[in-house]
Amino acid sequence: MTLSATAPVLVRLDRVTMHYGRGSTAIQAIDTVTLDIKKGEVIAVVGPSGCGKSSLMKLISGLHPASSGSVMVEDKPVKGPLKSVGMAFQASNLLPWRSVTDNVLLPMEIVQPHRSLIRRQRSKYKANAEALLAQVGLKGFTEKFPWQLSGGMQQRASICRALVHEPDILMLDEPFGALDAFTREELWCTLRDIQQARGVTVMLVTHDLREAVFLADTVYVMSNRPGKIVKVQTVDLPRPRDIEVTYTQPFQDLVHELRRYIGGQH
Amino acid sequence: MHMKNAAITVVAPTVFTVALFVLWEFACWLLALPQTVLPAPTAIWAAFRQFQNPIIENSLYTLWNTLAGFAIATAFGLLLGIAVGWHRAIYAAVYPVLIGFNSVPKVAVVPVLILWFGVGAVPAIITAFLISFFPIVVNVATGLATTEPELEDVLRALGASKLDIMRKVGIPRSLPYFFGSLKVAVTLAFVGAVVSETVGANRGIGFLMLSAQANFQVPLVFAGLMALAVEGIVLYAITAAIEMRFTGWAFRGQNR
Repeated sequence: MTLSATAPVLVRLDRVTMHYGRGSTAIQAIDTVTLDIKKGEVIAVVGPSGCGKSSLMKLISGLHPASSGSVMVEDKPVKGPLKSVGMAFQASNLLPWRSVTDNVLLPMEIVQPHRSLIRRQRSKYKANAEALLAQVGLKGFTEKFPWQLSGGMQQRASICRALVHEPDILMLDEPFGALDAFTREELWCTLRDIQQARGVTVMLVTHDLREAVFLADTVYVMSNRPGKIVKVQTVDLPRPRDIEVTYTQPFQDLVHELRRYIGGQH
Repeated sequence: MHMKNAAITVVAPTVFTVALFVLWEFACWLLALPQTVLPAPTAIWAAFRQFQNPIIENSLYTLWNTLAGFAIATAFGLLLGIAVGWHRAIYAAVYPVLIGFNSVPKVAVVPVLILWFGVGAVPAIITAFLISFFPIVVNVATGLATTEPELEDVLRALGASKLDIMRKVGIPRSLPYFFGSLKVAVTLAFVGAVVSETVGANRGIGFLMLSAQANFQVPLVFAGLMALAVEGIVLYAITAAIEMRFTGWAFRGQNR
């Protein structure tokens, strides 16, 4: 499945600026960012530490308001938290007192209409969660507790938790940052497969350029704080991509090209 | 491996406790200490057998006061802890007063309580409550305040209310802190009840010890102390067992 050029726009940021705090002590996190995310697209946002990548996520998910400019999701301005968002972070943040399945079901206990339904239909919801876990290779670990799982497995479970309520947008903030190189590549493939299977729109925040190029349709490079987009790179490597593609020349060239924009040489 | 664990958890404390008493007995005999200074364990045991009924009766009375005060402290501490952990403003408002209050020696409050409520169970219960709620408040508030901000983001992005986040994450997360504080609080409640009884009461183990002391029945004083120690250990063990039952997940590192 390749992203069609005519796919509708899901998220539209138009000259968005964002600050933390108010008045003279306010810190500007994002500076006039304009970007579109199409439905089903995978975008990656890369940049140095503290460049406002995570702020961009908070902006789109409605957790933090913009100071100026407009944030639109499905042609409606974002005013508060969007329920159609799933989030996962570098730390899996699984609840240690819940089994893996119950952790994955946590969003269902919050989001309507599932919130009202889950009490009566727990077994049905449980079966769905287990199917999702099987999709990321966690079959047989559903009744385990998070601390009985390896770091990579915990991260798989965390992604399932972000996906379980079938969000329109999956937001991942350096989700593989704490994993070793081999596990990381395994999880790239897991994410690739589950994204293709579900056609979910993904916003991936990372500082790993290879990860960005391997997974994304479009890579945005942000500058140091306040974050500005300094480069938009379309990745037209054919899908589905195999991990082998990361050793090919076109892939290397893309990574190299992106690297030029990081670290203030411009 | 299991045999070795049993040896550590059962044999080690037994041997240590017995050794302590043997050493005590031996020291009393060797130094020929008079009973009015430090009675030997055998003399304490004899005193206990002689006054068995009053000791048990008064111990139970103290135990009841302790548990009543402890129960109030648990309910109040939990509620106040949730309130303090709920919002920074409540935390800021309440904390100075709370710390000041906790700094006042409770023994100084007992005369006031007796003035208000008269000699009896009420001052003991209130003292037990006053001395034991503080650690519960602090621990529950800490547990709530240390919820991972990212996890809060995950839930807030789903439209979770503050109450949802408390119910699903904050409160379960703070349970180990809560039960941990109960172990401290239950022993403190005991201290409170006995302190109150020694200041002014007509029943209870504190009152019994005070009367024994007035009559120079030092072995009986020590028998009272022993009874307190045993009750304290039992209460601690019960709260610890409840803690394990409800928050076993927090002890994962220890039973693997």
